[in-house]
Amino acid sequence: MWRNELSTLFRRRRTQAILLTLMLVPIAITLVVRFAGGPEGGDGPSFLSQVTNNGVFAVLAGLTVTLPFFLPMAVAVVAGDTISGEAGLGTLRYLLTRPAGRGRLLASKGATVVVFCLAATAAVAGLVAGVILFPVGRITTLSGDSLPLVSGMLRISLAAFLIGVSLLGLAAIGVFISTITDVPVGAMAGTLAVFILIGVLDALPQTAAIHPWLLTNHWLSYSDLLRTHIQWGGVVRNIGLQGVYVLVFGAAAWARFTSKDILA
Amino acid sequence: MTTLLTRPSESPTATGADQAIETSGLTKFFGKQKVVDELALSVPTGSVFGFLGPNGSGKTTTIRMLLGLLTPDAGDVRLLGQPIPAASDEALPLIGALIDGPACYPWLSGRQNLWRFDASGPDSQRSTRKARIEEALGRVGLTAAGDKRFKAYSLGMRQRLGLANALLRPRQLLILDEPTNGMDPQGTREIRHLIRELAADGTTVFLSSHLLAEIEQVCTHLAVMSAGRLVAQGSLNELQAATSPVLRVDTDDVQAAEAILFASGLKTTTEASQITAVIGDVRPEDVCRRLVEGGVGVRRFVVERPSLEDTFVALTGEGFDVAQ
Ligand SMILES: Nc1ncnc2c1ncn2[C@@H]1O[C@H](COP(=O)(O)OP(=O)(O)OP(=O)(O)O)[C@@H](O)[C@H]1O
Ligand SMILES: [Mg+2]
Repeated sequence: MWRNELSTLFRRRRTQAILLTLMLVPIAITLVVRFAGGPEGGDGPSFLSQVTNNGVFAVLAGLTVTLPFFLPMAVAVVAGDTISGEAGLGTLRYLLTRPAGRGRLLASKGATVVVFCLAATAAVAGLVAGVILFPVGRITTLSGDSLPLVSGMLRISLAAFLIGVSLLGLAAIGVFISTITDVPVGAMAGTLAVFILIGVLDALPQTAAIHPWLLTNHWLSYSDLLRTHIQWGGVVRNIGLQGVYVLVFGAAAWARFTSKDILA
Repeated sequence: MTTLLTRPSESPTATGADQAIETSGLTKFFGKQKVVDELALSVPTGSVFGFLGPNGSGKTTTIRMLLGLLTPDAGDVRLLGQPIPAASDEALPLIGALIDGPACYPWLSGRQNLWRFDASGPDSQRSTRKARIEEALGRVGLTAAGDKRFKAYSLGMRQRLGLANALLRPRQLLILDEPTNGMDPQGTREIRHLIRELAADGTTVFLSSHLLAEIEQVCTHLAVMSAGRLVAQGSLNELQAATSPVLRVDTDDVQAAEAILFASGLKTTTEASQITAVIGDVRPEDVCRRLVEGGVGVRRFVVERPSLEDTFVALTGEGFDVAQ
């Protein structure tokens, strides 16, 4: 059933456009850095200056640039659309009388959103562009040492995967909001608003007490994978925190959706 | 036409319930408004059942409760003898539905839409899917337009695709909310034909419509709702027999004729040159004599069984405004 769900999502122009845009970002960065000359000495994001030394970093540069806004927006659009989109089209009533089963439908929607989060961060195009445009060699870690290409690539892939995982908490919030309303645009905007609110709370020193519980608190932990000696603490805390969000909002979405009156 | 879709009796989970739909005390509030009020529907297996009522009388709300989309505030639903929503997984695959118009994914073609809906259930029957989709499209006359995106479908084409979705599997019961809405005359006639064909094969058809002439032609049973209540239910013959005969007079002098009918104690309604009145206890012979003696030119004078429209108006009232 969820294969069908996936193909319905990925056959949609909007989904394709989002993914294409995300793929273009690393390519654009690579091209800009290549032809306009990279920032030497680092007032830009630290990965950017690495792009000229090593094309594999184009991937990370792309993800670093898209993480603060592009990726959350893509997730808000797709997760916010899951249930409310079906309600808005009216197809929800035909899925449920098929009967798809409310629990099953929600589960396959959830699985589809997870795939989307990972697909969005995969950003293979960046790697391709990097490999084509720059010499591939040993990878310099944040600590200043260098790693052989293969283990460096593995670490970068893992970092990209972790960024995908970082989006799951927000995705769960999106799916939950999606079960509350029949208007998909409302659910998308609501999810984005929650994300912005979290950003504001994270920036205020007065709310320091809740900072460890904010969704985005450990988002930058993926960079720990690029040190010579990997530090796992932040990564593990990030995964744990995303898991908590997924459980809490997943349960809320389930409670809401399985008891909801379908009027659309 | 092949028979892939039309033999519900061969379906492995066929149930022997003698009521295809049965509700008791079915009640639903929207806020404070009691939209459905203690409904006791009883739809015999094998019937073609017309479900009538003015706009806003609660038909669609009832259908949504039947299919488990809405939770009733009180009362029970049984479809094919099984409790809903508890046994939805067993009962609903045997039921095709069109609820409040069709709804599909605009970016998928007609075929892809049917594929998507068929694949979204627990019992996938994948091996026969392609053949079933083609047969359903054929039945509603969409074979040629099946690869067009739904976005590009006209109103009637959309309605046809919705019907095709209801016909994707062998069904024991079809629940169709205004199936001919927006269809051209050929389409409407085809649907009528289709309903008769399905009924002949033993499928129970539960049909809500405002086209009373349609209903009169295909239905064996009727229920009439008004402001959330069931005001009548039974076989078409029973219901029409319960309404008294009407007198229809065609004349070139409507005003004079009306005055004479009124003087005879009849309540008239007039449309162009035709006057209609429920005849009641008045003897038609007397009325006819008075008209002739009053010098009114009578072109046609008949006493007949009321049409479904007369029955409907008698049951739900003349008023044009929606009740709530
Ligand atoms: N989502 C809703 N929220 C509040 N009230 C609603 C909602 N949907 C329907 N109603 C009300 O419920 C009543 C019954 O509506 P319903 O759609 O069941 O009527 P219907 O008999 O199908 O009418 P029609 O012939 O126009 O299709 C109406 O008064 C309507 O205003
Ligand atoms: Mg309706």
